[in-house]
Amino acid sequence: MSQHRPYEPVIGLEVHAQLLTRSKAFCSCSTEFGNDPNSNVCPVCLGLPGVLPVLNARVVEFVIRMGLATHCTIARKSVFARKNYFYPDLPKGYQISQYEDPICTDGFVEIELEDGSKKNIGITRIHMEEDAGKSIHDLDVDTLVDVNRCGVPLIEIVSKPDLRSPHEAYQYLSAMKQIVTYLGICDGNMEEGSLRCDANVSVRPVGSVTLGTKTELKNLNSFRFVEKALQYEINRQIALLESGGQVVQETLLWNPDQGVAIPMRSKEEAHDYRYFPEPDLVPVLVPEEQIESVRKTLPEFPMARRDRYIAEYSLPKYDADILTESRDLAEYFEATVRALKRRNPETAKMASNWTMTDVLRVVRERHIEIRDFPIQPERLAGMIDLIADGTISSKIAKDLFEEMLASGDHPGIIVKAKGLVQVSDEGAIERAVAEVLEKNPEQVLKYKSGKHQVFGYFVGETMKIMKGKANPKLVNDILKKKLES
Amino acid sequence: MVTVKDVEHIAKLARLEFSEEEKQKFTHQLNRILEYVEKLNQLDTATVEPLSHVIDLQNRMRDDVVRPGLTAEEALMNAPAKTDKFFKVPKTVKGEEGG
Ligand SMILES: [Zn+2]
Repeated sequence: MSQHRPYEPVIGLEVHAQLLTRSKAFCSCSTEFGNDPNSNVCPVCLGLPGVLPVLNARVVEFVIRMGLATHCTIARKSVFARKNYFYPDLPKGYQISQYEDPICTDGFVEIELEDGSKKNIGITRIHMEEDAGKSIHDLDVDTLVDVNRCGVPLIEIVSKPDLRSPHEAYQYLSAMKQIVTYLGICDGNMEEGSLRCDANVSVRPVGSVTLGTKTELKNLNSFRFVEKALQYEINRQIALLESGGQVVQETLLWNPDQGVAIPMRSKEEAHDYRYFPEPDLVPVLVPEEQIESVRKTLPEFPMARRDRYIAEYSLPKYDADILTESRDLAEYFEATVRALKRRNPETAKMASNWTMTDVLRVVRERHIEIRDFPIQPERLAGMIDLIADGTISSKIAKDLFEEMLASGDHPGIIVKAKGLVQVSDEGAIERAVAEVLEKNPEQVLKYKSGKHQVFGYFVGETMKIMKGKANPKLVNDILKKKLES
Repeated sequence: MVTVKDVEHIAKLARLEFSEEEKQKFTHQLNRILEYVEKLNQLDTATVEPLSHVIDLQNRMRDDVVRPGLTAEEALMNAPAKTDKFFKVPKTVKGEEGG
């Protein structure tokens, strides 16, 4: 019996990404989100008789970008196909997709495993298709249909069954999100449906090379429950096999509220889509020159960028990970570093700290995008220069940062106007230190008897007298000297 | 060979309902059509590229520009059932969609 043999999961993901085009895939209707129901529509996306679709050139450009970013082969000729099924939110009765000749094939994406090592996850294909409309089931006794989303361009990215754990699946999905947002082809928002994920899941005894029977898990539409849903399904399949049962090939719908996957009412013909070439759309030919010109517009990708930050700026991996999470943040940080007068590992680390903590904090508090952050990278760099050359202390910098946020002025101007310049006049600091020690004979005795934790108190008191402007290093040095003399 | 079962399957996919008599008739007709097309298999097509489109055109595309379409009122004008903003269809169960 093999009941104690451990099982390994085999997971493949199908990711749909909604493209950030202005108009729909095959008509000129707006793709804008949140408009009145059935207001972004025309005879083409309503599926009225006698109309002809015309392909949006930007859809092709975007899918080529994605294909190149994931090391795919770009097909010189690809063809659209009709995928036939009946559902009220699909007025034509078919979805325009690609079947036999997808535009991108055979690529890979690099993910990072828990032990820090890297693994390539194969991509079988990426194809172009259109979205369906929206059915609303809970507003009326009948189902209500909004066709606005119908015809909005999507790409479907199909991975090979290379994922071996729910965590790997999560990492893959995060990588997808990072790539599409870096490329600027999709906003990557899973909660709002711009990025959607279905999974094919099977399990097999470790060491086995054949695949077990798979189930399709749909509706994994939040980063929060992708891992949970996959783990649920893996556990279910293992329990089934261990009790002598068999996995049935079926489609399950993840229910996040109940934390269970529910089989969709099984219909044998559900997957009988009777694909055939779309006669209304001519083949898409991609010349080599187009591939090369798109290749030139590709940005530097997160992992490469992260490795470069570590090598070039000596940043810790932790910093590099956070800074490269989004392209906007990475570019803000880099612009800051570029603008520094003195560029070295120390000032780069300061730029990293300010970006990761203070900049991100304000961005989150104000619910704004990095590109709308009021302090320009050059100004932040100016402030870091002032800290680095000893003009202001890090403590004063915190106040200066707030001033810059409020007024948008150049840091040098604020420092002059508000008298924030750091005092490095040893005489002045010595006088303040003497005053503090004189006023606190008991604390001085404590210190001299070995209770060194009162040191911080002396620093604080000295700073108070100096109105926070004293050079902290000098304060420390002078205090030590006086206390230990 | 197309059987009555095939016809029933295709009819179901197309949401069509036929009488027994019609099913027999269509089974016969479909088989006749397939026999006719079968003739093509007598030709050697090993060196012929599969044809997906009869007109020799490629890359007909439009720029990504938004143009006004229809208003919701116009879009809903001929709908058999509607509210002021939506098409109305018989209740469908969530999660039954294909795609
Ligand atoms: Zn339209």
